[in-house]
Amino acid sequence: MTSVKALMQPHRIVMMLIFAALVVWCALSLRWDWIPQYAPLALEGLWTTIWILAVSTFLGFLLAVPLGLAQAIGPWYLSIPARTFCTIIRGTPLLLQIWLLYYGLGSLFPQFPWIRGSELWPYLRQAWPYAVLALTLSYAGYEGEVMRGAFSGVAKGQLEAAKSFGMPRFTMFRRIWLPQAVRNVLPTLGGETILQLKATPLVATITVVDIYAVSSRVRSDTFIVYEPLLLLALVYLVIAGLIALAFRRFEQG
Amino acid sequence: MDTATADAASPEIDTRPEAIRVAGLHKSFGDLEVLKGVSLTARQGDVVAIIGGSGSGKSTMLRCINFLETPSAGQIVIGGEEVAMRPDGSPANQKQIERIRTRLAMVFQQFNLWTHRTLLENVIEVPVHVLKTPRAEAEARARQLLERVGLAGREDTYPAYLSGGQQQRAAIARALAVDPSAMLFDEPTSALDPELVGEVLTVIRDLAAEGRTMLLVTHEMKFAREVANHVVYLYQGRIEEQGPPAEVFGNPQSERLKQFLSSVA
Repeated sequence: MTSVKALMQPHRIVMMLIFAALVVWCALSLRWDWIPQYAPLALEGLWTTIWILAVSTFLGFLLAVPLGLAQAIGPWYLSIPARTFCTIIRGTPLLLQIWLLYYGLGSLFPQFPWIRGSELWPYLRQAWPYAVLALTLSYAGYEGEVMRGAFSGVAKGQLEAAKSFGMPRFTMFRRIWLPQAVRNVLPTLGGETILQLKATPLVATITVVDIYAVSSRVRSDTFIVYEPLLLLALVYLVIAGLIALAFRRFEQG
Repeated sequence: MDTATADAASPEIDTRPEAIRVAGLHKSFGDLEVLKGVSLTARQGDVVAIIGGSGSGKSTMLRCINFLETPSAGQIVIGGEEVAMRPDGSPANQKQIERIRTRLAMVFQQFNLWTHRTLLENVIEVPVHVLKTPRAEAEARARQLLERVGLAGREDTYPAYLSGGQQQRAAIARALAVDPSAMLFDEPTSALDPELVGEVLTVIRDLAAEGRTMLLVTHEMKFAREVANHVVYLYQGRIEEQGPPAEVFGNPQSERLKQFLSSVA
């Protein structure tokens, strides 16, 4: 491998040594004795972060496709609502959206007896559905805009070729238009997914216990401030790296 | 309109079935009338070359035949089946137009191979996903066709890695894969570097020789003269002159055609 050789240059070796020294110093002189006690909770929080991210990006993308399509080629009665939705979502803070859904919608529901009596009530009284909903809508809003550009950006000739061979519209959409549109914006989607990861800590403000909430818990329980935050940073860094890696795979494949 | 009807056959009664008939075709883009009543018939086995200056409407005419452009008025009959049109010229029956399009394969000036698929995938796309041919069968046929246009060994290459001439030959293979009853060529060599034109013309020449029905919009006059059995000269949306290539090129009647031929010679 040529990259090994590239790493063996003097200035790189110095950098790596400094970094290694930092890690060793962190490990030896900072307090990590709280970890065993909080490890189970931290794993649960990590899992919550990951599934909320996965579900909200997946559902958000499914919503983004029609939102983008409506804006790109839809009639006015579809394109105007889609554009309005994307503008509102992108124009207001996510924290506000989460709170409006949780404290607004969440406090409205209990006033209706038929909702309280419904099968869904055990879920609606919890916080996570509102967290997932808010994050999904947020991702849909941003990606709806991205997909609008992606759909418009596919060369006209590509679609004309499909049409000229008698390809039905939906087949053309599924086989030609959508794959080309998605391929063109994969790098953008990868970046947006990492932004979405870093938006997930906001759900801690409505009592969802994600990995960030666990680090706060450690701080308030033990008055240890920096160590949980350092570990938290590392966790987000690793997840972000994995997302970037996965998208690079997609781009090449 | 009858005077403008181009029947490619000799004056004797031609019994070959009609492949494409266009009658009184009009097309306007806003206030600009691009086609002002064009009529033309191609029978099976005909190679009709359509020539004319830029803006004469020749590409538009070709694109109206498979409804990539919506005609403003007129009649289009493909293999004896008239395309149902609304009063505004748009196809009345989307299913019918899709069915008819599968019988007309088009080759574009810009090739328009699907960039996210390999050559083999490009060629089997329509057979597998539109005509529902079994995949193995479609693949075997696609390999034959790619070999035929001189692209054996390039099955797994993406279009972006090929020269324009190779892409156009692949596009011709894609068109042949649907086993079309007629082929529409829209300036197939106009986007190519001069040294790549020949390889594409060779492929088209072979297709003409095996009796395929073709409508060919082209700027290659020598080639048109050689492969076509009927030449149509369009001028400002009307058929100005037409006939066998020997007459149209050898003994042009109209002043405009004479000027045009001397300008492109």
